[in-house]
Amino acid sequence: MKSVSDSSDEKPLVRIRGLKFRRGSRTIFDGVDVDIQRGRVTAVMGPSGTGKTTLLKLISGQLRPDAGIIEVDGLNVHALSRADLYRLRMRMGMLFQSGALLTDLDVFENVAYPIREHTDLTESLIRKLVLIKLEAVGLRGAAGLMPSELSGGMARRVALARAMAMDPMMIMYDEPFTGQDPISMGALLKLIRSLNDAAHISSILVSHDVQETAAIADEIYVISNGHVIQHGTPERMMNSDDPWVRQFLHGLPDGPVPFHYPASPLADDLLGESG
Amino acid sequence: MNVLLLDGLRTLGASGVHALRRIGRAHLLFVAMVAGVVDMARKPGLLITQLFSVGVLSVLLIAVAGLFVGMVLGLQGFYILSQFSAEATLGVMVAASLVRELGPVVTALLFAGRAGSALTAEIGLMKATEQLSGLEMMAVDPIRRVLTPRLYAGVLAMPLLAALFSALGVLGGYFVGTGLLGVDGGTYWTQIEAKIDFNEDVVNGVVKSLVFGVVCTWIALFQGYDTVPTSEGVSRSTTRTVVHSALAVLGLDFVLTALMFGN
Repeated sequence: MKSVSDSSDEKPLVRIRGLKFRRGSRTIFDGVDVDIQRGRVTAVMGPSGTGKTTLLKLISGQLRPDAGIIEVDGLNVHALSRADLYRLRMRMGMLFQSGALLTDLDVFENVAYPIREHTDLTESLIRKLVLIKLEAVGLRGAAGLMPSELSGGMARRVALARAMAMDPMMIMYDEPFTGQDPISMGALLKLIRSLNDAAHISSILVSHDVQETAAIADEIYVISNGHVIQHGTPERMMNSDDPWVRQFLHGLPDGPVPFHYPASPLADDLLGESG
Repeated sequence: MNVLLLDGLRTLGASGVHALRRIGRAHLLFVAMVAGVVDMARKPGLLITQLFSVGVLSVLLIAVAGLFVGMVLGLQGFYILSQFSAEATLGVMVAASLVRELGPVVTALLFAGRAGSALTAEIGLMKATEQLSGLEMMAVDPIRRVLTPRLYAGVLAMPLLAALFSALGVLGGYFVGTGLLGVDGGTYWTQIEAKIDFNEDVVNGVVKSLVFGVVCTWIALFQGYDTVPTSEGVSRSTTRTVVHSALAVLGLDFVLTALMFGN
C-alpha cells in the first residue's frame, strides 16, 4: 500500500502546462508542456536562442510567463508570495553559465554563503559542511583561492558545490559545458550524474552539446520555435525519424533549418549586379 | 506626410512610456532599498564595509579638492574684497561660500565621479556576471543585501565628506590669506566665529549634502541595477550616473537654496 508521500513522489517534480512567453514581439514559448521526473537527469536541448535558459528562469520564478502554469513540487511557482518563493528556492540549486560566484569572496566563503544566510549553524559545523561539499567536487584544496584565480571549469565546480550547499531537491544546470576543455567537461559530466544519483536529487540540464548530454541524461526534450519538438530517452531521440530532431541531434548542416539564410535566387542577385 | 507624422508620434509616445517606466522602476527600487534597513540592522558589517568603500576611499580626493578650492577662494576673495577695503572679512566669505554652497555641491560632484561611477560599474558588472541572479537563486534578496547598505553608506558619507571639504577649504583660505596676502589670522577666525550662523549656514549645508547623498547614491545604484548587462551597457550606465548626478545636484542646489535662503 502506497503512502501519501509515495504517491506524491510519483508526480513530476516540475510540471509545465500551456507555457507561453514572449520577449517584445518575439514568441519564445507557445504552449509548451514539460514534465521533469524526480530523481532523473532531464536534458532540455535546442539550438541557440531557442529559450532554454529562459525556461530555467521561468521554472525558478525569475521570469513570469504570459500564460500557463509551472508547478515545482506541487507549488504553482508564479502564485507564490515572495517569502514562499524564496523558501522554495532554498530547495533549488542553479548552476549559472558563468558560475556567478561572488567575486569579493574566496571559494570557501562562496560555498558557505547560503549556509550562513539561511542557518544558525556554528562556525565549526559550517566549515565541515563546506569542506565536504568542496571535496565532492574535488576542490577542497582550492578553498582559499579567489574566483579570479580559478579556471572556468573550476569556477563551475565551485558553483556546483555552492548549489549543493543547502542539499536541494533539484539542480538546474545552464549550459554547464560551454567553453570547457575535454578534461573539465569530463569532470562536470561525472559530477552531474554522480551527484544526481548519490544525493537523490533531480537535475535539469540545459545544453546544446548533444553527445555529452545524451551520455548522462535519462530523458531529453528538444525544443525549437516555441514548441517541444519531441521528447524521450536518449536512445529513442537519437533514432528519431523526425527530420528536425535528426538534424539537430546529428548536427546535419542542412534540413528543416536551412543552411542558407533566406535570400532571393542567386542568379537574380548576380545578373542584377552585372546588369 | 500623415505616415511620417504618425511615425513621429509613435516614437515620441514610445520614448515617453520608456522614460516613465524607468522612473517608476527607479522609485520602486528606492522604496525597496529604504525598506531594507531592518535587514541591514541585523548585519551592520555590511554597512561598515560600504562606508569604507564609499566614504573612506573618497577622503583623499575630497580633502585635496577642498584645500585647493579654499586656497582659490582665498586668492579671489582677497582681490575683490581689497577693492572695498574689506580684507578682514575674507574668512567669512571663504567659510560662507564653502559651508553654504561649495562644500555640499562640489563634494557631491566629486562623489558622483568617484564613488557613484564605481557603484554603478560594480552593480552593473554583478548583474552582467549573473551574481545578482545567483543571490536570487540562493533565496537572498540582492536589493537588501547588496544595494541597501550602499545607499545608506552613501547618505551617511556625503555630509561627513562635505564637512571635511569645507573644513580643509577654510584652512586653505587661511593659509593663502594669512601666509601670502597678509590678512590677520585672528581676524580671519574671529570673523568666521561671529558671522557664520550654525542653523542658517551649517545646518542648511548639512541638509543639502544629505539630499545630495540620497540622490547621487540612488542614481548610481539604479543605473547599475537597471543596466543592460553587457560591457557597452555598463559603460553607458556609468556615464549616465555622472551626468544625471551632476545635473540633479546643480538643479536641486538651486531649489534648496531658494527654499533655505529665499527670504
